[in-house]
Amino acid sequence: MTVNILLFKVTLLVYFVATLFYLVGVISRRDRFRQNAVYLLIGGFVLHCLTLAVRWITTGAIPVASLHESLSFFAWSLVGIYLIFYLRYRTVMLGAFITPLALVLMIIGTTTSAQAPALNPMLDSWWFPVHVTLAFLGHAIFAIAAAAGIMYLLQERMLKSKKFSGLFYRLPSLDTLDSMNYKCLTFGFPLMTMGIISGAIWANSAWGGYWRWDPKETWALISWFLYAALLHGRLTVGWRGRRAAIFAIIGFGFLLFTFFGVNLFLSGEHSFRNFTGQ
Amino acid sequence: MHIVIVGLSHKTAPVEIRERLAFAPTAMQRPLQKMLELSSVAEGLIVSTCNRVELCAATKEPDLAIAAMRRFLAEYHELSPGEIDEHLYDYQGEDAIRHLFRVASSLDSMVLGEPQILGQIKTAYGYAAEFKTAGLILNRFLHKAFSVAKRVRTETAIASNAVSVSFAAVELARKIFDQIDNKTVMIIGAGEMCELAARHFVTNGVAKVLVTNRTFERAEKLATEFNGRAVPFDHFIEHLVEADIVLTSTGAPNFILGQRHMEDVLKRRKNRPMFLIDIAVPRDIDPKVNRLDNAYLYDVDDLQGVVQANLKERKKEASKAEAIVDQEIGQFHQWLANLEVKPTIIALRRKLEEIRQQELDKTFGNLKNLSGKDRKSIEAMANAIINKILHQPTTALKQSQNDASGNDYVDAVRTLFDLPAPADDDNEIRPLDDPGQEEQGVT
Repeated sequence: MTVNILLFKVTLLVYFVATLFYLVGVISRRDRFRQNAVYLLIGGFVLHCLTLAVRWITTGAIPVASLHESLSFFAWSLVGIYLIFYLRYRTVMLGAFITPLALVLMIIGTTTSAQAPALNPMLDSWWFPVHVTLAFLGHAIFAIAAAAGIMYLLQERMLKSKKFSGLFYRLPSLDTLDSMNYKCLTFGFPLMTMGIISGAIWANSAWGGYWRWDPKETWALISWFLYAALLHGRLTVGWRGRRAAIFAIIGFGFLLFTFFGVNLFLSGEHSFRNFTGQ
Repeated sequence: MHIVIVGLSHKTAPVEIRERLAFAPTAMQRPLQKMLELSSVAEGLIVSTCNRVELCAATKEPDLAIAAMRRFLAEYHELSPGEIDEHLYDYQGEDAIRHLFRVASSLDSMVLGEPQILGQIKTAYGYAAEFKTAGLILNRFLHKAFSVAKRVRTETAIASNAVSVSFAAVELARKIFDQIDNKTVMIIGAGEMCELAARHFVTNGVAKVLVTNRTFERAEKLATEFNGRAVPFDHFIEHLVEADIVLTSTGAPNFILGQRHMEDVLKRRKNRPMFLIDIAVPRDIDPKVNRLDNAYLYDVDDLQGVVQANLKERKKEASKAEAIVDQEIGQFHQWLANLEVKPTIIALRRKLEEIRQQELDKTFGNLKNLSGKDRKSIEAMANAIINKILHQPTTALKQSQNDASGNDYVDAVRTLFDLPAPADDDNEIRPLDDPGQEEQGVT
């Protein structure tokens, strides 16, 4: 297990340095910093893959059972999805939002117990890893949508007010940001939907009921409706731009609350305490 | 050898003076040859644009050359030196090198970062090369200046961001639409201003052009020019739905496009964004339109503001460029210093001494049973060979100091004997760059 913790910490360190590079690159107009930040992030991601793989092999289960594990997995999905977006859009600026978020998740991860959870018979189902993986990939994609949304609002504000800061020259065009929003929605929404469905199937096999209205389920459903409304608005009424950006930001706020708020403030079947018996 | 520059620019002289001191670009042979007739000037080059005149020379006596060039500039244009003296600046040594590097990199231009000046200097150098007034030193100097300018352009953003209103409009469109090659431009009012702005959009590849005007014939004329389509002015609003970019400059006294119209148009466009550029004074489009989601309205003042912001951005980049210039000065200065005869002779002798010592060591290592006396005479022989070999080249070098070919000899000796010279990477002649499409009329 120590190898695993060491790997985790090194990954965290690399993400930290990458974040610094992004921030320096954004504040001081040095393109080289931002470019190197991307390379650092790729390096961090490789390490992170290794961390998760080692953990998976040592515990024998996909590492998403404890809060520590799922934070790490969430951060991993974020960085991975961002890198895929980077390949497609080459937007370095997006990383300036995503990398700090991944770093924060990892830091929170260090404050939680890194001990492998005692295997709960409830988790011994194929539906569990499917549910969690789909949910986190969906979350990560929606995080990108939210970051694109923030950039859209910043850029739009500058274009409307006609006051340009140095950021104006580095942000992508409105059209690029809006098409990112749409792309995220078309990939994120099905993932989220399948995540909820697979969760319901798993719940049925574990507790004998598909839906029990526990707080996490309720909040997840609210977020789902929000994204459904956005997708519907985009496809039929022609919602786009500013409104779509705001929706993406609010939606991700709901997702974060669903993930953290429910675990920290509310209790229910999804709370990790129930899994690990701590 | 020293580099000296005498000149004047938009910073030191008003246009009335500049135009009197300009050299006609089509007749550079005479002034160049006249300049070379000055006894202190070994090589010469004249850059003459509407914003500056620079006489650049390689000389042994910098102070004399500067005085002579100041006089030459006045007398050539039939003026008395007193009339123009206050507008002239002169540089020598490192300052002269810095000056030309800065000018070539467009750091001294009226519009910071404008691309024409580099082309103009290349042309000027072309004449100097053609009429053989540029020799070893100016050749090297100018190519160095070109490579510095290139570095500045690629390593800093000094030339990015539009600094003309029409081009700023195109750039803003790219910030909204990303690509404009699948977009439609609608021109309302076929005035001259609109035409100019529209031309920028067309050369940057918009897909479709619509033109409308109160007199339909005028619209049709402009439409054929842009390969577009004319639409009747009475229901141009119908066609706005197709337009992503709208340029207006009618002479109408009131708004021809209000918030209501635009709300309707945007709805029918399913909120696809629109970029509206109102060049008319009084304005054609109600400013309230800018408050609508997905509509971006810019008037002339707004565009001017963008240009100002871009200029500010360029100024920030200029400090990076100055650092690059500073780096490069040292290298060239070192090369120039190495052209001096004396250090070359010393370096040559040291090189041969080294060879002698190495070979003697090797020989003595093989012939261990030589007596002290034998060794002495072998050493003496080696010494004599070196001195004999060195005698003629040294004399020739020393003599060459006094005529124009001196630098060529020094350079040849340094190359032939591979004497330690400063690293200088940019010796090759680069083809003329396309100075870019932006900005008009700096000549």
